[in-house]
Amino acid sequence: MKLKSLFSPKNLPTIVTLGLFVLMFGLGSVSFRGFFSLQNFLNLFIDNAYLIIIAVGMTFVIISGGIDLSVGSMLALSTMVTSSLLEKSRWDPLYVIPVVLLMGVALGLFMGWLIQTFDIPPFIITLAGLYLARGLCYVVSIDTIGITHPFWQAMASSAIPISGNSFISPSVIVAVVILIAGMYVSRFTKFGRTVFAIGGNEQSAVLMGLPVARTKILLYAFSGFCSALAGIVFTFYTLSGYALNGRGMEMDAIATVVIGGTLLSGGVGSVLGTLFGVFVYGTIQVLIVFQGTLNSWWTRIAIGFLVFVFCLLQRLFEVRKGGRRRKSSAAV
Amino acid sequence: MAWLNTLTRRKIFWPLVALAFLLAFNLFFTPNFFSVEIKQGHLYGNVIDILKNGAPIMLLAVGLTLVIATKGIDISVGSVVAISAGVVAMLIGGDLKGNPKYPIAFAMSAAVLVSVAAGMWNGMLVSWVGMQPIIATLILSVAGRGIAMVTTNAMVVWLYANPFALLGQGYLLGLPFSIYMVAVLLLLTWLAMRRTALGLFIEAVGINPTASRFAGINAKNLIFWVYAFSGFCAGVSGLVVCSTVMSADGNNAGLGYEMDAILAVVIGGTSMNGGKFYLFGSMVGALIVQTLTTTIYAFNVPPEIAQVVKALVVWTVSLLQSASFRAKVAGLFGKREVAA
Amino acid sequence: MSDNAPIVELKKICKTFPGVKALSSVDFRLFPGEVHALMGQNGAGKSTLVKVLTGVYRQDSGEILLEGKPIRPDSPLAAQKLGINTVYQEINLCLNLSVAENIFIGREPKRLGRIDWKTMNGKAEEVLKRLNINIDVTKILSSYSIAVQQMVAISRVLDSSSKVLILDEPTSSLDETEVAQLFKVIKKLRDEGMAILFITHFLDQTYQISDRITVLKNGEFVGEYETGNLPKLELIAKMLGKELSEFSYTTSGAREKKPDTADDTAAGTADDPAAGPADDTAPLLEAKNLGLRGSIAPFDIALREGDVLGFAGLLGSGRTETARLLFGIDAADQGDLAVKGKKAGISSPRGAMMAGMGFCSEDRKNEGIFAELSIRENIILALQAKMGASKYLSTKKQLEIAEELIASLRIVTPSANGEAKQLSGGNQQKLLLARWLCTNPIILILDEPTRGIDVGAKLEIMEQILNLSRKGLGVVFISSEFEELLRCSTKIAVFRDKVKIAELEGEDMNERTIMQTIAGGR
Repeated sequence: MKLKSLFSPKNLPTIVTLGLFVLMFGLGSVSFRGFFSLQNFLNLFIDNAYLIIIAVGMTFVIISGGIDLSVGSMLALSTMVTSSLLEKSRWDPLYVIPVVLLMGVALGLFMGWLIQTFDIPPFIITLAGLYLARGLCYVVSIDTIGITHPFWQAMASSAIPISGNSFISPSVIVAVVILIAGMYVSRFTKFGRTVFAIGGNEQSAVLMGLPVARTKILLYAFSGFCSALAGIVFTFYTLSGYALNGRGMEMDAIATVVIGGTLLSGGVGSVLGTLFGVFVYGTIQVLIVFQGTLNSWWTRIAIGFLVFVFCLLQRLFEVRKGGRRRKSSAAV
Repeated sequence: MAWLNTLTRRKIFWPLVALAFLLAFNLFFTPNFFSVEIKQGHLYGNVIDILKNGAPIMLLAVGLTLVIATKGIDISVGSVVAISAGVVAMLIGGDLKGNPKYPIAFAMSAAVLVSVAAGMWNGMLVSWVGMQPIIATLILSVAGRGIAMVTTNAMVVWLYANPFALLGQGYLLGLPFSIYMVAVLLLLTWLAMRRTALGLFIEAVGINPTASRFAGINAKNLIFWVYAFSGFCAGVSGLVVCSTVMSADGNNAGLGYEMDAILAVVIGGTSMNGGKFYLFGSMVGALIVQTLTTTIYAFNVPPEIAQVVKALVVWTVSLLQSASFRAKVAGLFGKREVAA
Repeated sequence: MSDNAPIVELKKICKTFPGVKALSSVDFRLFPGEVHALMGQNGAGKSTLVKVLTGVYRQDSGEILLEGKPIRPDSPLAAQKLGINTVYQEINLCLNLSVAENIFIGREPKRLGRIDWKTMNGKAEEVLKRLNINIDVTKILSSYSIAVQQMVAISRVLDSSSKVLILDEPTSSLDETEVAQLFKVIKKLRDEGMAILFITHFLDQTYQISDRITVLKNGEFVGEYETGNLPKLELIAKMLGKELSEFSYTTSGAREKKPDTADDTAAGTADDPAAGPADDTAPLLEAKNLGLRGSIAPFDIALREGDVLGFAGLLGSGRTETARLLFGIDAADQGDLAVKGKKAGISSPRGAMMAGMGFCSEDRKNEGIFAELSIRENIILALQAKMGASKYLSTKKQLEIAEELIASLRIVTPSANGEAKQLSGGNQQKLLLARWLCTNPIILILDEPTRGIDVGAKLEIMEQILNLSRKGLGVVFISSEFEELLRCSTKIAVFRDKVKIAELEGEDMNERTIMQTIAGGR
């Protein structure tokens, strides 16, 4: 890629986010001893593998102009069902994983169907989905279920060496695969381009003959899939199913997507940008840990604030652009 | 039977029927559901519990009714409840002798003021910046939890000043004190809406935002103050919640309240699309939600099921309110081509 | 122009919707290698005809022939497959996608299963070259002007199998240079043999680009003409549904001289009774060089007490845009507005209302009526907004005010408490008028208050306008019917193609002169 096209307006938001990350990482490196290390960087992947997966699904949903508030609860439900099937029902992982993924897809499909067919705002449908999944978590079990299955234990403790003493976990591989798949789909497939078209102007997309209805429903199914997969990955990390997992995670996902340069109004976005958004998110958390004295809940506030800033900027950008051409009502 | 017609026409009819149905169900299937005992001059019983436990949601529903009427939504109310509880708990605190750190009245005012500020923040984002309400209030909903936790230093904060317990645990003339608070808020709001033009303006903005602008209504201002008021209601609700357990848990206070409140408003007759609103309907809606929860409890079903049921109800009501759904159902009974 | 057989023929097309007869036995022919303009006023049936041709609607009776063979397209996609392509007024493209993508989305060239961007970009450049356009096809569509966007829209629908191109009001948002660009493209396509159906309001453009004109009125076919043989004046006459000879020069029905002249001697301001009103009183409303780029060219307007200023012009001439600037709905980007001599920074309808203005929109449904509110609430709403929320009009007082207006405007309704959506069109219009009347305005702007309502209600509204004028209000009255304008106005502003071109008074206020002014003869 030529250097000039790298900085074209299309890529600018992504560059900005990358710049923000570099800035923060640099700040940490300067302020704290031991911050600047390859492992510290790789930890961003290891600790946030689940978030990367969820955020990829969320990126597509937001590009289409919608939103999915159920992702955190879906992740929790996924952890509950996984651990319950493994420990209580003693199923083989070969069956557990597909079943859990299917569950995510099914729920996503249902919500997508409601949203598309009856023209109901996504936020209320997925908000209800949030509570449904959360409730189902408790139905599965109120207590934490620990996972003792050897495969899971292996996944949790595996360290794939990268260079020298640095390593990553298998979850990272999964996350990177999903990330690359997401980037490919968004750029090189009809489905991906249709998502962008829907986000830009749904009516036009319909008139242009694009399969809008089908795409919208599949979108939410994909998001459900990602949430379920993220849940499985999460269990590799925590080796348990816990009903209170993933609270507030939908906001984390939305935050990383927004910070990554995707417009909440839809039509513009990048999966790679979301990865950088996750970097920013992860770095904030690490900074707070290294700082030592701040309550970890400051992360919530910081994330909320960042989202606010980015939303504000997006809004100002929209107003600036929209002011040029107005729609005149029925001309006389 | 013309009177029957006018009766069923009133928006509050169906919610009342639903409530009556639930109560009747309990009458037949739940032993001792309606039994009321008098202990120490106070009334006790399942029905009283419904009123008492429902009070925080009813308080929220008052503010949320107006927000939804303007075609908006506020999902930050749960977090604001937690912030309010946290602020009042930290300010009152007190030693084991019951002496508060700061005067109770001061602490309560501070908590409510902070909540109003939170509401104003939402209002600013929605009306001046022009953000979608769901996003604007989502930000506070998450950041607010963080603020609540930071306020309480991530610990459960206990209070020892007994007078404060009156709000959530006290009784007046036999009934829980919190119900009186609901009644007062409801009455004052109703007066403000129906004895001034505010109610009319809010409905106009929700029914036809463009026409209301053309008719000279200052929609921006109106929407701003509606969100501020929602924050106020959440603040008062937080006081009651805190007072009920004489403690504030930043993590769990108000959790899921926004769902209950939205459900209450929607069941009560106000449409998610905005426009005409029904304060009393929202109160009935809140009672229905609370009765549902209590019924589930009384049957020894895990209370988590209640969340599942609520979610299903939201989906159902969303469908019923969707014009597209109604058209498709009507369409099953004969298609009609309409001039586009 | 070609003498071959027509490529498209619509024969005796009828289409009725519940309550309205959109098309009655309409004929239409389109030849290859020609630009054919379809013209008509509101309710003529132009868009319905096009929707029948493109498969959005199915006609009740009549047939469609394509190259001599009958066709029955049942969707726009089906029509496209037959070679009939449409580019709508609202550019139905996605501004967030690149030019190349907008042209090819849905049928992108693929390689090894994935979208081949390089080939797509190359092909896009080729297609645009056919229209003599050279742009960077990788940039997103929103970075280009509307004119370019339009041509991209045209490119999208063009391919080897395109036989018919329908352009629905393509020039509404374009400026002169952009229109010229577009016309170059259209001419090229026509010369290559494309059959082009061109729908527009703009008279000048019709004469610039079209070879043939078909006129519809009220769902009926008026006639098909060769552009070169149809003088502008006659075209206007046909669009208004009459023969040219029927338009009179007489000022019958026109207003009597303004009231002020009669009172001059009483006020002692002039020696000569015929001198007209004293000029030292500032006009109620004065606009100087007020304009908005893309909406209406800068104009001057002076409205005095008792004036009824009529706005005459064809559909799309800019009358509503002018009204919206006056009432603060749109913000002008140049010029001044003064109320009663004082400069008024009116930046919102509320500001206009507080300055004493009122506005009845032509789009009653979306900009006027609150369907679910009661009739009385609809009526007192503006007054209540003016008074402020705290000074609440009790239900009793609301009823009083409402009933008075219901009576004086003769609004037909069993009760003032019923929902406004139950009212008929005419009564809803009166409702809007009532709303502004109770605010006691000094200036009232009425945009098409007589459109779509029965004759009786029309007369009543015009009666009201005359009343208001006698009471000393300044009224702006927009109407598509010349008779109505002449009946009520004291002077008439004439608009054409988004410019206020003249103001007619006295002897000039007759139908013929209005038409000639529009046609450009004066």
